[in-house]
Formats: sequence, structure tokens, C-alpha cells
Amino acid sequence: MLLDKSILELLTGYKNKSIDPVDVINEAYGQIDKYSSKLNTLITVRDKQEVLDFLKTLDSSLPLYGLPYILKDSYATTELRTTCASKILDNYLSPYDATVHKKLKEAGAILIGKGNQDAWGHGASTENSDYGMGKNPWDPTRVVGGSSGGPAAAVATRMCAFAIGEDTGGSIRNPAAWNNISGLRVTYGRVSRYGCVAYASSMDTVGPFGKTAADLAIILKVIAGPDVYDGTSAPHEVPDYNLELTKTPNKLKIGIAPEMFGAGLDQEISNNAQDFASKLAELGHQLIDISLPVAEISDAAYYILAPSETSSNLGRYDGIRYGNTRDLFTQESMRRIMVGTYELSSGYYDAFYRKALKIRTLLIKTFQKAFEQCDVILLPENPIMPPKLGDLISDPLANMLADLYNTPVSLIGSPSLVIPSGFHKNGLPIGVQLVGKKFSESLLLGLGHQYQQVTEWHTRSPQL
Amino acid sequence: MTYQLICGAEIHVELKTKSKMFCGCQNDPFHAPKPNLYTCPVCLGLPGALPVPNQKAIEDTILLGLALHSQIAKVSKFDRKHYFYPDLPKGYQISQYDQPLCIGGYLDTSFGRVNLTRIHLEEDTAKLQHATVNGQSVSLIDFNRSSVPLMEIVTEPDIKSPEMAKEFLKGLRDIIRALGIADCDMEKGGMRLEANISLTKDGTLPHYKVEVKNINSFRFFANSLDYEFQRQSEILDKGEIPAQETRGYRSTSNLTVSQRTKEDAADYRYFPDPDIPPLIIDSAWVSTIQQRLRKLPNQIITDLVSAGITESAAKIILQDPDMLTFITQVKILDPKSVRTAGNDLANKKIDYHQITPEAYLEAKKSNVQNQISANSQLEPLVRQVLADNPELVAQYRAGKTGILGFFVGAVIKNTGGKADPRTVTELLKKNL
Repeated sequence: MLLDKSILELLTGYKNKSIDPVDVINEAYGQIDKYSSKLNTLITVRDKQEVLDFLKTLDSSLPLYGLPYILKDSYATTELRTTCASKILDNYLSPYDATVHKKLKEAGAILIGKGNQDAWGHGASTENSDYGMGKNPWDPTRVVGGSSGGPAAAVATRMCAFAIGEDTGGSIRNPAAWNNISGLRVTYGRVSRYGCVAYASSMDTVGPFGKTAADLAIILKVIAGPDVYDGTSAPHEVPDYNLELTKTPNKLKIGIAPEMFGAGLDQEISNNAQDFASKLAELGHQLIDISLPVAEISDAAYYILAPSETSSNLGRYDGIRYGNTRDLFTQESMRRIMVGTYELSSGYYDAFYRKALKIRTLLIKTFQKAFEQCDVILLPENPIMPPKLGDLISDPLANMLADLYNTPVSLIGSPSLVIPSGFHKNGLPIGVQLVGKKFSESLLLGLGHQYQQVTEWHTRSPQL
Repeated sequence: MTYQLICGAEIHVELKTKSKMFCGCQNDPFHAPKPNLYTCPVCLGLPGALPVPNQKAIEDTILLGLALHSQIAKVSKFDRKHYFYPDLPKGYQISQYDQPLCIGGYLDTSFGRVNLTRIHLEEDTAKLQHATVNGQSVSLIDFNRSSVPLMEIVTEPDIKSPEMAKEFLKGLRDIIRALGIADCDMEKGGMRLEANISLTKDGTLPHYKVEVKNINSFRFFANSLDYEFQRQSEILDKGEIPAQETRGYRSTSNLTVSQRTKEDAADYRYFPDPDIPPLIIDSAWVSTIQQRLRKLPNQIITDLVSAGITESAAKIILQDPDMLTFITQVKILDPKSVRTAGNDLANKKIDYHQITPEAYLEAKKSNVQNQISANSQLEPLVRQVLADNPELVAQYRAGKTGILGFFVGAVIKNTGGKADPRTVTELLKKNL
């Protein structure tokens, strides 16, 4: 398939006329037609003729010329409705474009659809969607992961050249690992959040999904940077991530915390992460034992801060605007709104919210200390393999525990790259997580690229 | 039983910055030609929109703090205040909870000092309009006002009387206007007042307070104090304690009506707005703002008086920034003409929006010249009138000074109405 090719190969092919972008778009629509409804991958698909017409208007010298992409349905777009996978916004057409979408459009990429997700980002499975439970393309009886499950599956099934997810507590990282693709949670502030329907504003990040770390580098260069519409976007200069890929040193210190490989972690996933570490050592990197006694407290802090913020962010869906009433919130969303409302109530703020903020500060300090000893921290991504559809939806606590390796990174605002690292004996893919200091995306992508140069896990796609 | 009134005020003032508090929309809700014209995803609270604070509004608030001797916070932040109301599209108002921009401060009145608790910045809500459309009663929302910068000034319970309240509120308004940060148009809601009122016997703060809202004039504020004093006295006289509640002022009947009691007080679930990073206010920034600190009303009056203007004229000039600019320029151009110009301004004899101070002074100069030459022409006319009316002159000299008016009229009549009455009067007195 043309869509098995990397972004660089596609762009080079477009330039020397060996590949016709129309063929790539046709191929993407072919995959969408075949699999999207079966797997509940996309919520809304753009009219193909409209896309092909738009292609004709584009300048072929644009950096992402003609590349078809999928956005998580949490991004405001003027072309397609923005539901955030909730019937509350079933008919909502945004009058403005999210900054990430605007930037991609201006770079020549073409939006062809909006991906399924857990409604409002509430979940790690895409089961909490009002548009059908997302199914895993590697095993449609299992969850696809989430909350950005749709965009991740769209990359895995070659419905697009790349996709944009949104990661608050692991929503890019978890489905990247369960779909055998690469996903990047960026440093908080690296990419503008303007136009991203807010879940937990202090942790929401906008990041890319792709087949390789190199693909992510190309997309990140386009979407990163300060934005006058987002007061939390960072002024830091945007490096040429693609050029930096090959400049990454091969003598990095890789920190591994034994606490993070304890109870609750699937043995095969644990072994896989160790194998991954050995591979990095083979490449010349140095493995270092570090201490990160954060697992329990970070999950607790995350599940206070995120519901508190979401209870506030969702207050605007009060039934007066957008045409639908509040009874359309899913059970999971209602749970988080209730919990958050309680935690912010007078008399409870100090007991919960303020304490969670203190834990957050403690986590930042703990990681700072760890980063004095190492350049990158290696963590497993998911403690478990994707459950069967519906198995955990009635067990919210188990779902929360699955975020164990994600929430600390979310709370400290660091970047984290997830890349494919092998397969479980059940045939499903496993991913690992490389966590860096703030604004170390270049380093993480470079390290991922090095690994992907000597391994072939990332080249596999699901046999549908 | 006699009681002492204790009152603290909460004053909301809409700043007149060019753009709104958290977006680039035009801040001009009162002059918008139609509803919902000045709106965008941010002030409509649309999914995904984010607030970015207006630096000018922050500086204007700090400016008022500097003028009122407040302590300026080194670190400040914005918080979300949650409540449900159709005019609040996000479900929360961005306000400041525990780290306001300005802390403390005071304003002196002739009745004593009113200390300030704080001054903070927030966003205004949209405006509901209850109307009848096609025979159906409907509620419409106008978002032109949504997210307009709103400053809140909170005082300590230092106001002791309706008179003191009036003087304080007027003084505050004059300062805000003099700083050029807000128009304080009370009728349109550009300045809104709330009073916290209780009574004490011994000067200590009692355990209850009554909050009165919907006050849109200084007189009504004073009236509500009078009314509450009466109402609470009667309750206290019976040995009861007035209920802790929110009451609304009704200007038509000049009384207050209960709106909400303590039991259903809202829990606003304040928490720091994660969309807005904390504000670090360093001394360099404050110094820059300090440079904008203009002279305050009292100082302006003192300066005008010492420049030769009467105090009553100075007070009128103070109310109008354009008049103030005019007189300041006159002072520079021709200090000797300041007194006359001041009186002319106060008496609305100068169309100061049309005429420049230079042109005014030029005209004045030629008038004076005309008068000098006129004096020599008037003198014979004055003598003529006096000579023609010897009886009346005798009556005047006997003490019937009211006759002077007749002489003035007669002289002016003889000049065909061209003479200046004041000059004529002076000449007559000289000759009588």
C-alpha cells in the first residue's frame, strides 16, 4: 500500500511525480469504506470529492502537501461537525478552526475525517463513545484504547498518512501502544490547545500519531509553537525536528525505575520493556537505575485534578446552547463531573484539590531529581493488554489503574514518546514509553528513530 | 435605642479598554449598533476557545490601586467562579479569588477614612433581555457585554452614614474618571453598587450583615442605607437579629426587598483557572504603570485654585476631562487668562469641543482690545444716561441700588446691544 510508506517517502514521491496524491487519498478512502464502520474508527468522514477538489487548489511546494489526515473529534473544525464523541454536540459545527487544524491546513495537509474517542476524553478505551465502541484493528473483540482510539486505529489501518490525538492522562500513548503505531505526548505548552475541546486544561496536550518517530518529527515541526490564542503556549523556538533526528547522540543515559516494574504489570509487557532496554544498550546507550516512588500518589492526584477541571470545563454544556440536554452525558462523564464538583466544593477544596496540587509539585521535584541522573526515562506504556470490549466499562477503578504509567508524566508536563516494541504471545502489539525533560522532543524522537532503524516492529500493520 | 450604621461597599466598574478582557473583541457594549455584534468563540464560550488576559485591563486596575494607596500583588492569578445562569456561557466567570491584583488601600472623606479590602479584575456577563417576539415572551441574550473587563473594589465596613457613603462613592468615581480608565456611567451599568449593611450599638462588628444589590445611583445607595437603618433598628429593638440575606433595592418605592437568604447561598467552587498562567508583577512593571498615575481630584482642584480659578469652577472642570485638558493648555499658553477661562468653562461660555485654547485666547485678546476702545466710547454714553435721569441718580445715591439695572439696560440700548454688561456696570458705578 502507498499508505505503508513514510511521510517523507510520500512527499518525495509527490515531488518527483512517482506518486500521485490522488491515489493516496483514494487508498485512504478505500480503507475508510472497508473498516471504519466495522471498527467504529471515525465519527464523521469528509466528502471525498470535496477533498479531491481541495487538493487541486493546493500549492505542491507546501511542506505537507496533499497528505490526508484524521483529527480526533475533540478539535474544532469548520469543515466537519465537532462532537467530542458526545451526542450533546451531535449537530455542532464550529464557526472557527482549532489552531492545530489551521496550521496543518496551511501546510497543505487535508482533513478527511474525525476520529472516534471516549466522549470528552473520559476513558482509556474509546468504549465511552456515543458513536459506538471503538474496536481494536488487531483484534476487533478488544478495545482500541483511548481516549484517542479512533485516530490511532486510523493510522494503524492506513486510513490516513497521520493523525492528531489529544493526550491528557495517556490518551495518545495508550492507543499508540495498542495499535502498534508511534504517538507523541508533547511538552505541555509545546502545541497550542486553542480549539481543542477541553477535558483537563492543565494537562491537555495536542500531539501527533504516525507510523514512525520520523513521521512524528515532520508533523510536530508544523504544529508546534506559540499561539496568541493560547496563554499557556510556550514561547520556545521550534527546532527542525526532522533535521535533529539524526543528530541524537548514541550515548544517552536511560533511566529505569524498578518501582515501575512491580505488581500489576503484565509479565510479558515487563519483559518486553527489558528487551527494549537491552536494544538501547546495544545501540550504545547506558542503562541507569533510578528511583521513582510515584505510582500510587500520581494516580490519586490525577483523578482529583482531572475530574475537578472537567467538571468546570463541561459546565458550558448546560442544555441552553448546542441543542441537546445534559442527560446525554455518559455514565463515565457523569461520574467525573460529580467527583470533580464534590472535590471543588467549599470545605473539600483543601482536603482534595489543594493536596493534589502539592502532590503535583512533589512529582515535579522527584522527576527533576531523576533527570539529574539520566537523559531519558524508560517506562512501560500499559500495565495490561487491551481488554475485551465491555469488560472494564463497569469497573471504573480498574480503568483508572491502567493509567498508572501515564498520569505521572501528565502531571509533570513532560513529553513522552510511545513506539512499538514487540508483540504479546496473544498476537497483540506492545509499546514502550520514553519520557524526557520538558521540550526534549528532539531527543525522544531521535532515540525512537534510532531504535526504529534497527527494528521492524513498527512496520507491521493489522491483518484485517 | 440608638444604633451606629456599619456599611461596606462593593463597587463594580467596567473598564473602557479597547478590547474585551480575554479576547480581541471590541469593548463597547453601550454603543453597539446591534446585539451580538462584538463576539467571538472566546466570549461566547464555545468549545475549545481559550481566554488570554488583556494586559491593559490589568494595568488599569493596578493604576487604580496605586492611586488608592493599595499594595500591588507580586503574584496574582485568575480563578474560575462557577454558577449557572444563561448569561454566563462558560458556566463560570473568570474572576480573582484569593490573590487579587491590589490589596488594601484607602480613600479619605471629610467624615473619615474608608479603607479598602481589595481591588480585583474579572469579566462581565452577557446581558439578558426579556422581550415579546411574535406574541411569545422570550429571553434573549446579548453577548456584546460578555467578557468586558470588570473591576471590583471592595471596602472595609468603614462607611458610617449615607452622607459619608455619597462622598466616598463620588470621590472614587472622580478618581477613576481622572485616571481615564472608565466612564462610570451609572445609568447604563458601567458602575454598579452593592452595600453590606449592619447596625451596632457599641461599634463592634455584629454577626450578621445584609447585602443590598441593584443600586444604580449614589442617591439610591444613600437611600438604601437610610431604609436599612430604619428596618434593622426596628428588628433589633424587638430583641431580634436581622436575617443574613441578600436584598434588592427598589428605586420606585425606595425600599429593599429580600431576594436570597443564607441557606441557599451559592458554592462557587473557586479554583485557579488552568488556562491562564499566574501573573508575576515585578517592580519594573509597576513603575511603568506608576508613570501613568495622573493627579488625583483633590490635587487637581488645589492646583486649579492656586492657578487663580475659583473653587466652584474648578469642581465643574474636574468632572470633564476635555475641560481639564483645555484649561491645562490655557495655563501653559497664558497663565493670566486662567481665571477668566476657568469661569467661562464653568459657565459653559466656551465651546471647548470646537475651539482650540489658542483660538479662544486669540478671540479673548481681540475682545479685550475692543473693550478698551469701547470704554472710551461707552463713557460718554454712561454720562449721558445719568444726566438724562437725575431723579433716579438721586434715588440710587439714597440707597435704592436696584436702579442700577435700569441704567445698565439704558446704556446697552443706546449702543444697540453691543456693550458688555459687566463693563457697563463698572463704568456706571464709577460715575455714580
